[in-house]
Amino acid sequence: MFTFDLLANAIVAGVLLGGFYTAVSLGLTIAFGRLDVVNIAHPAFVILGSYTAYMVNAAFGVDPVLAGLAFTPAFFAIGVGIYRVYHASFERRGDESLRGLAFFFGLMFIVEVALILVYGVDYRLVDAPYIGATVSFGFVGVPMRMLVPFALALIMTIALQQYFVRTFMGRAIMAVSQDRLALQLMGADPTRVKQLAFGIALATASLAGAMLIVIGPVEPSMGRLYIGRVFAIVVLGGMGSVGGTLIAALLLGVIESLTATFYGPSWAPAVAFGFLLFALAVRPQGLFGR
Amino acid sequence: MAAKAFWPVAIALILAAIGLTQLLANEYYFFAAYVVLQFVVLATAWNILGGYTGYVNFGSAAFFAVGAYCSVALIKAFDAPLPVLILAAGAVSGLIGLATGYLTLRLKGVYFAIATLALAIVLETFITNWDFVGGASGTFVLRPKEVWLFDSYIKFLFAVMMVLAVAAVGIARSIERSKLGRGLAAIRDDEVAAECMGVPTLRLKLLATTISGTLMGVAGAPYPYYVTYLDPLSAFNLSYAVNAIAMPMIGGTMTWLGPVVGALLLGTAQQVATVTISSELNLLIVGVMLVGFVILAPEGIVGLVRKTIRRGRRR
Amino acid sequence: MNPPLLQIQDMTKRFGGFTALDQVTIEIARGARFGLIGPNGSGKTTLINCVSGVLAPDGGTIRFDGTDITTLKAHRRTRLGIARGFQIPKPFASMTVRENLAVPLEYAAGARIGPGIEDEVGEILAMVGLEEKAEANAAGLTQIEMRKLELARALAAKPVLLISDEAMAGLSSTEVDDILAILLILNERGITVIMIEHIMRAVMRFSERIAVLDAGRKIAEGTPEEILRDAGVERAYLGE
Repeated sequence: MFTFDLLANAIVAGVLLGGFYTAVSLGLTIAFGRLDVVNIAHPAFVILGSYTAYMVNAAFGVDPVLAGLAFTPAFFAIGVGIYRVYHASFERRGDESLRGLAFFFGLMFIVEVALILVYGVDYRLVDAPYIGATVSFGFVGVPMRMLVPFALALIMTIALQQYFVRTFMGRAIMAVSQDRLALQLMGADPTRVKQLAFGIALATASLAGAMLIVIGPVEPSMGRLYIGRVFAIVVLGGMGSVGGTLIAALLLGVIESLTATFYGPSWAPAVAFGFLLFALAVRPQGLFGR
Repeated sequence: MAAKAFWPVAIALILAAIGLTQLLANEYYFFAAYVVLQFVVLATAWNILGGYTGYVNFGSAAFFAVGAYCSVALIKAFDAPLPVLILAAGAVSGLIGLATGYLTLRLKGVYFAIATLALAIVLETFITNWDFVGGASGTFVLRPKEVWLFDSYIKFLFAVMMVLAVAAVGIARSIERSKLGRGLAAIRDDEVAAECMGVPTLRLKLLATTISGTLMGVAGAPYPYYVTYLDPLSAFNLSYAVNAIAMPMIGGTMTWLGPVVGALLLGTAQQVATVTISSELNLLIVGVMLVGFVILAPEGIVGLVRKTIRRGRRR
Repeated sequence: MNPPLLQIQDMTKRFGGFTALDQVTIEIARGARFGLIGPNGSGKTTLINCVSGVLAPDGGTIRFDGTDITTLKAHRRTRLGIARGFQIPKPFASMTVRENLAVPLEYAAGARIGPGIEDEVGEILAMVGLEEKAEANAAGLTQIEMRKLELARALAAKPVLLISDEAMAGLSSTEVDDILAILLILNERGITVIMIEHIMRAVMRFSERIAVLDAGRKIAEGTPEEILRDAGVERAYLGE
């Protein structure tokens, strides 16, 4: 039952979804792509961001996106703290691959189980005036709950891109894992640069989490569904390229949306996995390799 | 443990386990001990790839669940006997291990870890959509009514798991002391140097993923009979993935003894704690202990004990 | 006449847009002592990585003992008899010195576990002067000991061709003499040796022939005397 309407709607929905995936992936683009820190707990922190937005929204009626923005400093601080522990315990000892991974796996697990303990396994959602509204462009209907996160994600992507290109620290972050010499010439301490960058990476989780709960209800173990997605996006996006992340995320969003429309939503995780395998096996250097 | 004492002790343990099933009437102890032994197999299996070779598998739950569901399918289709179930489950999980390894091991180790995470989700999606084995709502499995020598099926399963645990530990120990074990350790320490010293790194890694996957599948094979009702949520439970990592990390990853110590300690503690506190809190404690140990005691309990003994000798 | 032991032909390797090796051709005779020199970043280690199989070249062929080994995996090359040390030592850190040697003995030299392997380990360790450290943990060695272990481990692979990648960096002049003496003994026993070195005194004394790399190209090859007189080499090292 293929119709042009269906196709157009699926593509628009996919682009919007892809925009949101960009927001979820950018933190990992920085941590994994630029710092070589394999933070598999990132999606779990995104879910934590959803719950902080939910908590503030439920208690004070604050707009979830504003709440997400308000919590970025807290997430930044958590990120700095995590990086310090990670650096002292694993990076400096050269023990990232086994124990470092187990460390982040443990963190992911702690965040998830702690959320279950506090909020239970039920789905939670937020209130905002734009949730539920839909704008129509001809025969394509665009729900605001998708459009708002999409717009925010674009702003976030552009802001980060500008930061990395235009500022001193931003350029230091882009150089930190590849060009130690350039970094030394710039007079920047790699550990401090990485600490700052990891803080920024985690701060994005607060905003992405707010977007996630605007899009739909959230439960604690949802983060796991995103691990395959975000890693596929980061790898395919060229390991550390902000623009590449955006394109890869849009691609995945559209493919997932088309699959869900024409084959049924239960196959969406398989699409993400196929995407990941493609990213890993076929083009390890990514479509937009640095 | 002295080198020669291992196999006599192992056989004595199995005989003692069978003896206990004849003497002790209360089924609960065997019910609980089964789970602990199951974790001994899982932790040992994880450690062959994780501890010996340095490749982290986050998807242990998937390999375990594939073993369990392989049994469900064979019971439903042919009413196959338990030994066949165990062999088939091992073969299927081993093949999945081989395939995962083949697709990802040429790249850096972290990609393997990520792939195993995603693999778990996809296999779960697949099983959830497979109606023959019960789909999302799960399925009942009838235990055979009678079993030779044992007065209850749980006691029989306990004895079976004891044999599997001893076999798994025996395999791990043999690997550790063999040429293969040294090859795997060389890969863990420095893969490029290992390759340049003549170690066929890709082949050895594939061997390790296959053996590890096989043992995890074997651990899952009797599980449908143990629970009698199996659904994807319980078979793919995150607790398997977490415990399979936490137990070797906490016990110590360098020797076969580490996962055994970790599994016995954490497994028993969890069996006791589930009665008194919620299972979520229980898992939270495992997570916190995992993080604590990798930060503070990277060599695990076995490493700590060895260090203390060495220090004591110097004095 | 026998073919050369190692024939490197038109070897090219690029990293992204950067050409690390540009059509390098080198032939090394059986039993030779061959020096490979060049400024930092000139492509020496990249060339060695291509020869040992750590990197896959983008163009060119490598023949060893007459057979094409260009696409052979590193461990197969080691089994054929190409062994190398690493510029930055890469010991198997969780193992003892003895176990470090056991890996190449078992996997490359094909020796079976038994009294034979112990004799081999003892002999090699005595040769490089590490016999006291046989049971020490490799991670706890000093820099100098690690370099010696690097050499010892390469020897344990029973090489026909030994590639020594800056084995002497940071050593005192007596220690340099020690290593040179070891390499000379090995060469007398029939092992072909390629030496990559920054210490000119050592390369010039050791090598029968020397090739000079600069910016990924071979700019000169000849006897040590010819190299010393070569104007291009001087430019590469001292600048215009």
